Amino acid sequence: MQGAGHAVCLGPDIDTDLVIAGRYLRTKDHSIWVSHIFEALDPALAGQLNGAVIVAGRNFGCGSSREQAALALREAGVTAVIAPSFARIFFRNAINVGLPAIECSVSCSTGEIVRFDLAAGWVEAGGSRYPVRPLSPRMQEILSAGGLVSYWRSHR
Amino acid sequence: MSTLSERILGAPAGEYVDRKVDRAYVHDGTGVLTLETWKQMGAERLSDVPELYVLFDHIVPANNSTTATLQHELRDFACGSFLHFSDIGGGICHQLMSEGVVLPGEVVVGADSHSCTPGAFGAFATGVGATDMAAIWLTGETWFRVPDSIGIHLEGAFRGGAEAKDLALSYVSRLGMDGGTYCALEFIGDGVTDIPMDDRLTLCNLSVETGSKTGMFYADDITVRYLASVGQDAAQQEPEPCTYRSELDFDLADIVPLVAVSNRLDTVKPVQDLAGQSIDQVFIGTCTNGRYSDLVRLAKIVKGRKVAVRTIVVPASRAVLAEAVRTGVLMDIIEAGCTIGTPGCGPCLGAHMGVLGEGEVCLSTANRNFKNRMGVGGEIYLSSVATAAVSAIAGEITEPEAD
Repeated sequence: MQGAGHAVCLGPDIDTDLVIAGRYLRTKDHSIWVSHIFEALDPALAGQLNGAVIVAGRNFGCGSSREQAALALREAGVTAVIAPSFARIFFRNAINVGLPAIECSVSCSTGEIVRFDLAAGWVEAGGSRYPVRPLSPRMQEILSAGGLVSYWRSHR
Repeated sequence: MSTLSERILGAPAGEYVDRKVDRAYVHDGTGVLTLETWKQMGAERLSDVPELYVLFDHIVPANNSTTATLQHELRDFACGSFLHFSDIGGGICHQLMSEGVVLPGEVVVGADSHSCTPGAFGAFATGVGATDMAAIWLTGETWFRVPDSIGIHLEGAFRGGAEAKDLALSYVSRLGMDGGTYCALEFIGDGVTDIPMDDRLTLCNLSVETGSKTGMFYADDITVRYLASVGQDAAQQEPEPCTYRSELDFDLADIVPLVAVSNRLDTVKPVQDLAGQSIDQVFIGTCTNGRYSDLVRLAKIVKGRKVAVRTIVVPASRAVLAEAVRTGVLMDIIEAGCTIGTPGCGPCLGAHMGVLGEGEVCLSTANRNFKNRMGVGGEIYLSSVATAAVSAIAGEITEPEAD
């Protein structure tokens, strides 16, 4: 899987409450999550996510298991999330909804173009190429299928 | 020679395994998305491999028509499909799984991050998101990377005003918010014999706040006697010599009352350093500290006195509430001026029943003090029940005294 986007840089320990607050979860209207994404962190971020690659600090997605966090990022048009480490439930959720979560330490600034090639195992940003920690074979299959729903639809 | 996770999952740390799930549970929040996703997978019937549970606890009773409609749909599905179902007021999912359901050696998965809680029984218990849960409904199994384990070695006994929650905050601050990522915590050492089941659940509950996959105690005499008291037979688990990725040592006698300061769980200070700080609300409850022994701790402190700030008490389950009524503990709490909420998660997730206003400070026995979690502009400080109780009486952060 390959992709690219403009970097939106965030700090470490971004919890899923910050991605989408608990008071917005009870709906089937996914657009509500998109309109309130990162509201407590910076309401202006919502307008910058279409086509973006989020480049975050360590432990992205800690806290609540709410899958709406991964869905909100995907629905907002985020191409991938890159961080040195992820909280494990978010990591699984992201892959399960077809959003690449890439374990990689990247140095770059907001607005720079970030490219990635997961099959080849690299991320490029700011003129440097960084190695990516590979996904397990199962997670690669799930991500290639576009998520766990399509994976199971084609495996049954 | 294996860690408890390696023994239960049947493979050495680092290996990927597909594992049959013994019990799988969702709540009213994650269940809605699980059901939607399960349908999208083209499923026609539920797997009959795991015991499946739908346990309403997050927004109970429903706070508005949208929530009520979503709950109506999930309730109809759960009842129509003959899943184990607990409606509003039954209690918090993790607590219900801990009242004689989860047994040592089982693989238990919940669609909630605090599903690590029943690891206190010597089960491999962990949280997943809705889509992973939908796949478990479909296939009865899921994949795991067998975790490395971190040994949390406990010696001695608590003294002074300290309790298990203070130890929990202490280990979270030592490991940091990602110090346990992809690992399991094993609580070991002679000190475990001083820690009753309710407090073991508190300790395992906080393990996810270090990024850990789960927290576990080996089933011992305390576990077996507790399970017998709720009608379950279980055998003890003998620890084997094994390799831990790292070990942390705690002498329980050195643990002092602590507070995790807004907005990070690993920013922990002794209560005495914050003494006198004003608070607007105290909240006692949740899957961390809403059990019967927590209500006993609270009642002991507030009996015959009056709280000076609004104090919300939410029992973790109907059984906890009933026991507190039966023994008179609840009357002591009510007469002290506390407000009692429907058993469940209460205001922990910031949806209802005690949301904070701009600039307000809540001292809470819950497990998360993330920015804005309990209300926009509100601050959350986390403490033990004893610290919350004495602070409620004083109207400011106050250190509890020794029993």
